[in-house]
Amino acid sequence: MTYEELTKIATIEQESSKQYRHSLNVCTAAGCLSSRADQVKDALDKEVARRGLDRHCQVKGVGCMGLCAEGPLVSIENKGVMYQNVTSNDASDIVQALDQDKPVERLRCPTDVPFFQRQEKIVLQNCGKIDPERIEEYIAADGYAALHEVLTTMTPAEVIEQITKSGLRGRGGAGFPTGLKWSTVAKGGGGTGQKYVICNADEGDPGAFMDRSVLESDPHRILEGMAIAAYAVGASQGYIYIRAEYPLAVKRLKGAIRAADRLGLLGNAIFGTPLNFNIDIRLGAGAFVCGEETALIASIEGKRGQPRPRPPFPAESGLWGKPTLINNVETFANIAPILRNGGEWFAAIGTEKSKGTKVFALAGAVKNTGLIEVPMGITLREIIFGIGGGIPDDKKFKAVQTGGPSGGCIPEQFLDMPVDYESLSKVGSIMGSGGMIVMDETSSMVDVARFFMEFCMSESCGKCTPCRAGTAQMHDLLEKTIQRKATARDLTLLETLCDMVKNASLCGLGQTSPNPVLSTLRYFRDEYTTLLQPDDPGHEGNGELVGAGAPAVKEAK
Amino acid sequence: MILEAKRQTAPSADKRWRLVEATVRRHGYESHALIEGLHTVQECFGYLDETALRYVAAALNVPLSKVYGVATFYHFFTLKPKGEHNCVVCTGTACYIKGANMIIEAIQQAYGVKPGETTPDNKISILTARCLGSCGLAPALVFDGDVVGKLDKSETVKRLTKWAPARGTAAAPTAINAGEMAPAGKAV
Repeated sequence: MTYEELTKIATIEQESSKQYRHSLNVCTAAGCLSSRADQVKDALDKEVARRGLDRHCQVKGVGCMGLCAEGPLVSIENKGVMYQNVTSNDASDIVQALDQDKPVERLRCPTDVPFFQRQEKIVLQNCGKIDPERIEEYIAADGYAALHEVLTTMTPAEVIEQITKSGLRGRGGAGFPTGLKWSTVAKGGGGTGQKYVICNADEGDPGAFMDRSVLESDPHRILEGMAIAAYAVGASQGYIYIRAEYPLAVKRLKGAIRAADRLGLLGNAIFGTPLNFNIDIRLGAGAFVCGEETALIASIEGKRGQPRPRPPFPAESGLWGKPTLINNVETFANIAPILRNGGEWFAAIGTEKSKGTKVFALAGAVKNTGLIEVPMGITLREIIFGIGGGIPDDKKFKAVQTGGPSGGCIPEQFLDMPVDYESLSKVGSIMGSGGMIVMDETSSMVDVARFFMEFCMSESCGKCTPCRAGTAQMHDLLEKTIQRKATARDLTLLETLCDMVKNASLCGLGQTSPNPVLSTLRYFRDEYTTLLQPDDPGHEGNGELVGAGAPAVKEAK
Repeated sequence: MILEAKRQTAPSADKRWRLVEATVRRHGYESHALIEGLHTVQECFGYLDETALRYVAAALNVPLSKVYGVATFYHFFTLKPKGEHNCVVCTGTACYIKGANMIIEAIQQAYGVKPGETTPDNKISILTARCLGSCGLAPALVFDGDVVGKLDKSETVKRLTKWAPARGTAAAPTAINAGEMAPAGKAV
């Protein structure tokens, strides 16, 4: 593959898409597919063929458009029209309306609303626009151009310098500076010898689906990011560790790797330079702890996914004892745009310490559930009430949960706080990988804390005692509280245990598992105390357990 | 001199073993192919039985204890055969907030099976998943591989009765006391 060949593919692709007067983009990411988007696409295909419009009109499967709650979504690219809740019966109306000025009003999804207007897309730039199963479309959207530029005009040190300058921090949750990680791996093993690049796509956090959407909608972006990383740190082998629960993402990744191999964008002597880089997929098998980097490495080595003490960090001694770079999917997705536009461009977005944008999976008690990308520093209120459209059924907002089982519940008083790594940890939560669950007044915070503790208890790998035994004890105490059998003494014991598990556990799973309990105790303590035994001095009144066991069950449409 | 290790022969003439053999061969019979090998077995046979565990152990030259350790460590692997149909209830945060535990309870009332169990007639297995990533459609379930979103308990039971009738007259699940705590699903 040469640069001329790459631009030729891009030009041919752009020319051929210009031939069409209309492009009907049907979302074929997992969310819309489960609302039968595949049938919608077939129906549109048939309708276009029936009317003999196939030379003017293309029907294309694309990635996630974000508004998963209203799927299946269909967008008419050149007209800026989007349709929601489309069924196969609507195909004829949609195709008929193409050459008319008026779109089909009953299906119309308003695109001038904050949900679409307030987002800023870098990672999701191509999502909903290109067909993830065709490498040509990614190339036509400037794909692999950054890789070519890096390989032919920059030294590895210059690449790392740009990443450092951009201020990009790890999107897996902890927010470690990416540039620093890359330079450590580049220096590891005396700068030479075998090294590995691993993409962490083990998105086990319940309530998060950002990585899945990116992998399903724009898989080549991840491959390009990994190849650039391989050049920067001097690696020749890459692995993508992905959950087996995401069959569609696995299928599209496999297809993408094959297509890139075929065009010589992966493999030996990429772009005629000395860079050799191959990527293999490793399937996870349903263990949350494998999102922790040392556990993930153990899993790739075919062992039980148990973490080990650090140091040595994987950057020095990782997979099979070699220096290993592990980054999250979203981190890799940011790499190509940063090198295309320069580190300063990226650093101009966001806040002082948290640069760029962040993808969130907005779910729970909020009108517009789906995938969003916002600049760092936006307030929680803007996300939930602006982009999210507020709480449905006139219910009252109670809390927002970020960071999954490692994060905390943030109450109303902090809604105007900017979303960045520091602010979130100050109020007892974490940025996390991007799950954001909104809860209304019907959710019981004690029940939520118990839910997450049950998760951590069963996901604890069992290696260290504080986590293995501590999470079980904390879960029992929460269960006891919910059954109204706990006393004030139990509550004190719970707090002591939180402190112990937090400070004595081996890995992130244990260290952060008390967060949901600690944050709910901090902001919703009265919900705990009303549940204490009536004859106990710590008890306050005989209040009912707010909504526990009766979450707002949304009736099926 | 390179000694050619004695290749493990497949436990039976079943053609599915060839796929398993192909997976371990692709990884050069190295011990790190263990998880990949078990994935292939489960894909082909639906679950991991003792014969399969012994075969993979011998093929990769890994102690059986280690194979058993890995097979039981990861939730995705199952050592028990599944029923004719399977229904996976998502118990992720968004689904939980929107009532996944009520759905599990309704299924339990209608069929008398808990998550991880199969109905006595071997028709339906009820499983739970940590998160399907279909949070926008919560609560979501998977019926034989098809993800269906925005379900409630009566709609769920109605879908299940297409596979097998609910036990006795309890076809329509009795109303669940809203104040009662439903047990959260355990992963299988």
